[in-house]
Amino acid sequence: MDFKDIIKPENLVYRRSSLLTDKPFSYCPGCGHGTIHRLIMEVVEELGIQEITVGIAPVGCSVLAYEFMNMDMQQAAHGRAPALATALKRLMPDKYIFTYQGDGDLAAIGTAETIHACNRGENIIIFFVNNGIYGMTGGQMAPTTLPGMPASTCPFGRDVNIMGNPLKITELVAQLPGVHFATRQSVHTPRNVRRAKKAIQMAFEVQKNKKGTSFVEFVSNCNSGWKLSPVAANEWMEQHMFPFYPLGDIKVDGNLVTK
Amino acid sequence: MAKVRGAIVVDVEKCKGCGVCVPACPQEVISLAKEVNGKGYHYAYMNKPEDCIGCANCAIVCPDGVISVYKVKLDN
Repeated sequence: MDFKDIIKPENLVYRRSSLLTDKPFSYCPGCGHGTIHRLIMEVVEELGIQEITVGIAPVGCSVLAYEFMNMDMQQAAHGRAPALATALKRLMPDKYIFTYQGDGDLAAIGTAETIHACNRGENIIIFFVNNGIYGMTGGQMAPTTLPGMPASTCPFGRDVNIMGNPLKITELVAQLPGVHFATRQSVHTPRNVRRAKKAIQMAFEVQKNKKGTSFVEFVSNCNSGWKLSPVAANEWMEQHMFPFYPLGDIKVDGNLVTK
Repeated sequence: MAKVRGAIVVDVEKCKGCGVCVPACPQEVISLAKEVNGKGYHYAYMNKPEDCIGCANCAIVCPDGVISVYKVKLDN
């Protein structure tokens, strides 16, 4: 049997989600943003909630998320996505609201909005993509940059004595009573992608049941900022990022997970 | 002997040749082409189409979502 005989519509088992526009992603080759966009849109498609979901795009690499996600989108000022999400959810409590933010947006300029939205227990989902660097503006040091990790504004590595320690924002917000579900995932291998998709499904479930804030962090790569090839960046992430940002659930059903 | 056969279709013009699908394939079916697409990227293609089992691992890690997966079950 020739492989061309297999390629028929009735044999299709996987295709790009129909909720993504035909526009090619503007991200660098191998960037985790594309995979995370795809996963969120797959979950929205499977739940059939495209008409009643509003996404909020941040400032950063994913500022153009509204170009790729074929649904209602808003674009917030830098770091203010959780504040905008609060407004949308309070005005339209029946809609599903999620924000999609990077680490420069959420963990630096938007720390106040993030922590207070989580502390109020706003019934929203916050998707947080953490690649340890300001990717869009040229690889500057972010609050999440690892100790000793070089970036364009700390070319000899982050010195914690001068520049402070990296911020584990997911552990931080998991302490707040308003947060119902907090988890950290990655999307660089098929196994991790499947787990990440389950976490996204869980987050939408929490919002459906009006339990509180869901905070889903994705440890992602920035191969342009890290100056590595996409596959090497994924290996570097496994070796260096995961020991500091361990994957797994941090808070489930309102209870901290003890390890 | 294979009971399941699969095939992938890569949207060649949208593929950015990142190569993330290559280590994700358990059957080592995918390679990057020597030729380039319109953007100048070495796109992914099925190097050994007879070994594909249609597991969709390549498609779910593809950051640009350019891979579609087809799968058939063979009776014999």
